Amino acid sequence: MAILDATPAPRLKTAATRLARLVVTPLVPEDFLDLFNPLTSPARLRAKVVEVRPETRDAVTLVLQPGRGWRGHVAGQYIRVGVDVDGVRHWRAYSLTEPPRPDGRLTITVKAIADGVVSNHLVRRSRPGLLLMIDQATGEFTLPAQRPAKALFLTAGSGVTPVMGMLRDGLPDLDDVVMVHCAPTADDVIYGGELRHLAATSGLQLIERHDDTHGMLRIEQLAELVPDFAERETWVCGPTGLLDAAESHWSEHGISDRMHTERFRPTIVIAGEGGRVTFAKSDVTIDADAGTPILAAGEAAGILMPFGCRMGICMGCVLPLREGVVRDLRNGELTTAVEGDGVKIQTCISAAAGECHIDL
Amino acid sequence: MTAIQRQAVSPVAHLSAEDIETLGHELDAIREQIVGSRGERDAAYIRKVIETQRRLELASRAVLLVSLFPPAWLAGTVGLSIAKILENMEIGHNVMHGQWDWMRDPAIHSSTWEWDNATPSDAWKHSHNQVHHKYTNVLGKDNDLGYGIMRVDEDQRWSKFYLGQPLYNFLNACLFEYGIAAYDLEIGKVLKGRGDKVEFKEKAKGALRKIKKQATRDYLLHPLLSGPSFLPTLAANATANLARNLWTHSVIMCGHFPKGVETFTRASIVDETRGEWYLRQMLGAGNISGRNALHMMTGNLSFQIEHHLYPDLPSNRYKEIAPKVQEIFERYGLNYVTGSFPKQLGSAWATVFRLALPNNGIAGLVKTERPARPEPEAKPALAA
Repeated sequence: MAILDATPAPRLKTAATRLARLVVTPLVPEDFLDLFNPLTSPARLRAKVVEVRPETRDAVTLVLQPGRGWRGHVAGQYIRVGVDVDGVRHWRAYSLTEPPRPDGRLTITVKAIADGVVSNHLVRRSRPGLLLMIDQATGEFTLPAQRPAKALFLTAGSGVTPVMGMLRDGLPDLDDVVMVHCAPTADDVIYGGELRHLAATSGLQLIERHDDTHGMLRIEQLAELVPDFAERETWVCGPTGLLDAAESHWSEHGISDRMHTERFRPTIVIAGEGGRVTFAKSDVTIDADAGTPILAAGEAAGILMPFGCRMGICMGCVLPLREGVVRDLRNGELTTAVEGDGVKIQTCISAAAGECHIDL
Repeated sequence: MTAIQRQAVSPVAHLSAEDIETLGHELDAIREQIVGSRGERDAAYIRKVIETQRRLELASRAVLLVSLFPPAWLAGTVGLSIAKILENMEIGHNVMHGQWDWMRDPAIHSSTWEWDNATPSDAWKHSHNQVHHKYTNVLGKDNDLGYGIMRVDEDQRWSKFYLGQPLYNFLNACLFEYGIAAYDLEIGKVLKGRGDKVEFKEKAKGALRKIKKQATRDYLLHPLLSGPSFLPTLAANATANLARNLWTHSVIMCGHFPKGVETFTRASIVDETRGEWYLRQMLGAGNISGRNALHMMTGNLSFQIEHHLYPDLPSNRYKEIAPKVQEIFERYGLNYVTGSFPKQLGSAWATVFRLALPNNGIAGLVKTERPARPEPEAKPALAA
């Protein structure tokens, strides 16, 4: 980055940085700082688990100490968390469940989902001291500075997590708040104790729906629970089914502008045979079959693909798979990437097994 | 060595085409077993090696700040030499092979790694991963057979130039990292007027930039930081680089030049099958036997055969698959070349000395006319 109006101090700092980099070339100073404290490097954001708090039988809250590069957040935002599971790094998004704390720590709550590689790992194996990769906070699912006169939070399961952040932050400023939360049983309500306490001691009007006793909430029933829902600024977070139903319901009432949703994409990618491959930077989309390596398919479409041995040994053809699923033609092994992953794949031995987005 | 296609009795004459394909499937199965069991233990291994290497380098360089004291000089130099060897061998070489790409950690990935060696990683990955590992020991294709400055196979044509090859080899060993950089730039090709000059200039600039940075670090900055120990630190860094060069050169010589390692003709790899490729890797490399410390210091290239069969499998697993690979060699009646470090190194040097002369020895020198080169057979496939 060029410093246009360089005062002596930054110039000195730049010179010192350059010198430090030369002293440790071809590594960078952070590589050595990491040896002593992995949280010091601002360039490589990480967080250390300092406490693991059980919430329900399948959910835990992790208290994280972020590294020096952490730039802060607003309640309701989320972070992407990189976790090594059996040696392989996976990234997932988790809501921050508290407003900024005086001690600078962050909290996320993870609920183990069936077959969830990352969630099960974090719930069962997190211990104080565990190091996680994190990204800066992001997301628009937050309370406006101008607090709404009437608010509604509609959540299900772990969808309560971003809302908890907002409640912990903004409840004192909210005059009229209704929260409808769905969970299988009373014991499955994450933050159940705290929510009930808030309902008893503050203005929060909490409506718990337990699927096992009340049956699954149908969106049409909402008017019975919250007759003035249409007048309320609403935040919805939960499984895809709830979000879809709520979106169409609000749209039918012509009040979509009063609704805010948070969707964490499901990471289930169904693998098939072949698929549409998009080379984003080259602006080319092709249909690749299940037997043709992406390298060959790309070349046939006239793209200048990086290549090497064409037999899977030299890594000369490696490109990031932004999103999609590919099959290793040597052994049929599937590699899946979800948005934000950028998994590097060997294009010479990988065929499309679904829609793929390649970074080239 | 003589290309197996030109030997009176080919070492693979007893194998049918079906045998070779079955052999390939067996080797694939070993690969799958490792791929399926890669995990936390392996990730912890490479992270530990990287961390240890960095701690050792840091400690050695710190000790060298007072290298005016001879014990500090000695300890620092030994430590730095080991750190540099680990960095090049068990870490750099293997990471750039993509052995750890499966971890999806951008910090330990073939596409991002840069090593403490004169040659930039991109250039090295091309000449090593793509050319050497694909065309292993194919005469005229794999430039690692003598690096273009030596004759290491009877089938490479002799000229007077090669009389000096023991000396070239020694000099190359001392300056190995620069030798590799020059080799990766294909300087020989450019000198002969072949090759893309523009591309060469671009690549040469990259290499020179890197060399400049490294030389500044080792021969200027660290000595300056050492103040009154300027000269001893400079000498220590030079010694560590020399030790690393000599060691890596020796290890690599043991991989392909000792007695018993086979070479192949260009024609033999036309339409090569996966089984035939595996077979060529089996015959085209040699191991070094020894203890764990030796394996670590060679970057597990002491398992050169296993490395050539599976260049992208994590190096810490080669030792585990070696007995299975050796069993396959035995069952298929093939020669698993291995021996102690002195034995293999001696054998490789013997080749360098022997082939400095024409194939018929001193007698050939008297009459320097080139002996007629045997014509390769029409379809000298690996299978007889």
